[in-house]
Amino acid sequence: MTKFVKSNEAVVMGALYAGCDLYFGYPITPASEIAHGAAKWFPMLGRTFVQAECETASVNMMFGAAGAGRLCMTATSGPGFSLMQEGISYLAGAELPAVVVNVNRAGPGLGNVYPEQSDYTPAVKGGGHGSYQTFTLAPASAQEMFDLTMKAFEMSVKWRTPAVVFADGLQGQMMETVALPEKEMPRPDFSDWAAQGEPRTRGNLVKSIYLDAAQQERFNNHLQEKYARMAADAMGEPYLADDAELLVVAFGISGRIARTTVEELRREGVKAGAFRPITLNPFPREQLAAVAKGRRIMTIELDAGQFADDVRLNLAKAGLGTEAASVKMVHRMGGEVVSVDGAVKFAKEMV
Amino acid sequence: MATIEQKGMYKVFPRSGKNVSFTHYCPGCGHGIINKLIAEACAELGLQDRTIFVDPVGCGVFTYYYWDAAHISAAHGRASAAATGVCRARPDAVTIAYQGDGDLGAIGFNNAFQAASRGEKFGCIFVNNSLYGMTGGQMAPTTLDGETTTTTPFGRDPALTGHPLHVCEVFAQLQAPVYIARVSVADTRRIMQAKKAIRKVFEIQRDGKGYALLEILAPCPTNFKMDPLKAADFCMNEMEREFPLGVFRDEEAREPLAARPVPRASSCRDLFVEKDAVLPAVDDAAFAEKRFKFAGYGGQGILSLGLCVAEAARLERRHTLWFPSYGPEQRGGSANCSVVVSGTPIGSPTVEHPDVLVCMNQPAYERFAGDVKRGGTVIVDETVPVKTDPPDGVRLIRWPAIKMAEEFGVPKAANTMMLAALKKFKCTGLSDDNLEKSLVASFKKKPALGEKNRELLRLAEAREHS
Repeated sequence: MTKFVKSNEAVVMGALYAGCDLYFGYPITPASEIAHGAAKWFPMLGRTFVQAECETASVNMMFGAAGAGRLCMTATSGPGFSLMQEGISYLAGAELPAVVVNVNRAGPGLGNVYPEQSDYTPAVKGGGHGSYQTFTLAPASAQEMFDLTMKAFEMSVKWRTPAVVFADGLQGQMMETVALPEKEMPRPDFSDWAAQGEPRTRGNLVKSIYLDAAQQERFNNHLQEKYARMAADAMGEPYLADDAELLVVAFGISGRIARTTVEELRREGVKAGAFRPITLNPFPREQLAAVAKGRRIMTIELDAGQFADDVRLNLAKAGLGTEAASVKMVHRMGGEVVSVDGAVKFAKEMV
Repeated sequence: MATIEQKGMYKVFPRSGKNVSFTHYCPGCGHGIINKLIAEACAELGLQDRTIFVDPVGCGVFTYYYWDAAHISAAHGRASAAATGVCRARPDAVTIAYQGDGDLGAIGFNNAFQAASRGEKFGCIFVNNSLYGMTGGQMAPTTLDGETTTTTPFGRDPALTGHPLHVCEVFAQLQAPVYIARVSVADTRRIMQAKKAIRKVFEIQRDGKGYALLEILAPCPTNFKMDPLKAADFCMNEMEREFPLGVFRDEEAREPLAARPVPRASSCRDLFVEKDAVLPAVDDAAFAEKRFKFAGYGGQGILSLGLCVAEAARLERRHTLWFPSYGPEQRGGSANCSVVVSGTPIGSPTVEHPDVLVCMNQPAYERFAGDVKRGGTVIVDETVPVKTDPPDGVRLIRWPAIKMAEEFGVPKAANTMMLAALKKFKCTGLSDDNLEKSLVASFKKKPALGEKNRELLRLAEAREHS
């Protein structure tokens, strides 16, 4: 069973297969197709679509719906994602599952509607207040927009923290074939903590407030221990990395450019390989370290180097300080995309 | 010591961190009375199991210590947005948002107003004590003219801060709410009226009637810097002069609007799986990857031409990617799209060096012809003046697509004429059969047009070309 769909639409399909019951959203280019698909398909399946008055409302509607024990989502792009940060912090603080899709456009400010990966820090490091983390996934194809949206719900439920699907304006518009699963995911049972308006949940309380400093610290320790355990679900994809002398590290759409770059470099006799993080938080540190040791490393990215810095940090934390110090970056910003020609040229100058 | 029955409240309040049975409210505060009235109404109507309270940030933040029902503690100002999520997620629940005048009147005004405008099925109990309580007695939108607060130390000056915000009167302009009223808890008579109004808010939710807003004027002795009696007097005199009590809307008897029916599907499978879905791609390293670029003016069918080639590739079980122009390429009123067809998973989606370039206009030719790969092909409409040659080793085909479509009396079929060229000159690496099938399939909703285009395709293909 396959379907040829726009990546943005694949997100909605993945959410529906994952058992998402409610969509709250405010339209913004280049994420709007997600709202369009949701507005059509959620009601057709008897589920709920609400067009919110702003992104602040969207995320707080999610807080209510998730607190009431239902799976819910929203999709937005940079400026809307900024507006949602407070709400995402509340979701994390109340340990609620919910999925936020950010189809990154160029910034800062109004920027433009073309692709960037420049929301890396808020999407990966928890962009709001307090010490919290989201489970952040970076799809690179329509199939992954579908699969990783489903995965986002699964992980968000498993870890009881909001999940972020971090895409970009280029891949949002791509059409590719998506293989659909046989079955939908079953609805999880949240009745032990959610406020569901039923006798069995009458005593439940959803909150992120701990007035007592000692209690708040205990809760923060609990969160940090939980986030540390999330590392077990980190995912990454090496490509031709075993014998590589040069490793190209990139995620999302840049990860695909890296793949073609590596193929081109190999044609030209350069032993290149690639590594693509599929989860950005947890970062696949061990998987990266396994293929990075002793290699020259370059990143491809559509930001100012936020991703390269994170690669350096993760290599250093994995004990690969030398490799960390050697990381070089080829990047574009403003909606321009790194060309394979450009990446190949950069790589050849490195080796 | 005699125990007083507290209907709807916990007997002791361990969530406060201590096993106490008194609230955190200051003596003479309206919240304490309102908390009791809400708990009583919820219990007396037998709704504790069904009720989900959405608690605010402000002095009402700890209502979850007291009311024996499920609670969700929202962000400052967002109780109405959160309550929207709650009542949409749990339509059978009784959803009650509790908000103060900073929370609802200032930071969360639009959320509350828009929820009311949508007719969300929750009750909003809005406590107006004319200032921010918990935060330290600052000016709220409801602060009276001349009233001294910590941020209006010389009294509120309408020249600088405007006049008090009349929430009920503003919300009464909306069509959807079924009940809007203002009451007070400043004396016994008023408390009895307030209790009736609170019960009504619960009943409206119990019966699924729609949105209800109840504003309650409440004294805040601490921040008024008055004793409780003087604070109650201030509430009854000064505040009521500005905010008259009354019912602004009561349409409880009105039947709620029924949602209009939409087409329904029984499952994701039912909704998404097509009967004639093509099989997934298979890896075939022997198939040489082909990258296409289609470019022209909007309306020339460029994007559909790309989709048609993509669909033919899918029929052949190739890895296939289509995407419209991105980034700065989009400028200039032109339309273009790229298609990648591969025997192995596709890397970069961007087509920097097409194997095949199809140009329907001059800007497209000038922009992309120079990028075509050695050994590649450029098909350009005959009407386009070719002022520069394509790079060495690139085949140039000038093809009368627009002219033929006009001759056939179907000017819109110029893209089909281009497909004929792609087929005739074997540019795609895809079978003739699948190209035709894909063309016909692209007119799925108008089968007659599909057949017509197949006929035109064959006619065009048969045309002599020099």
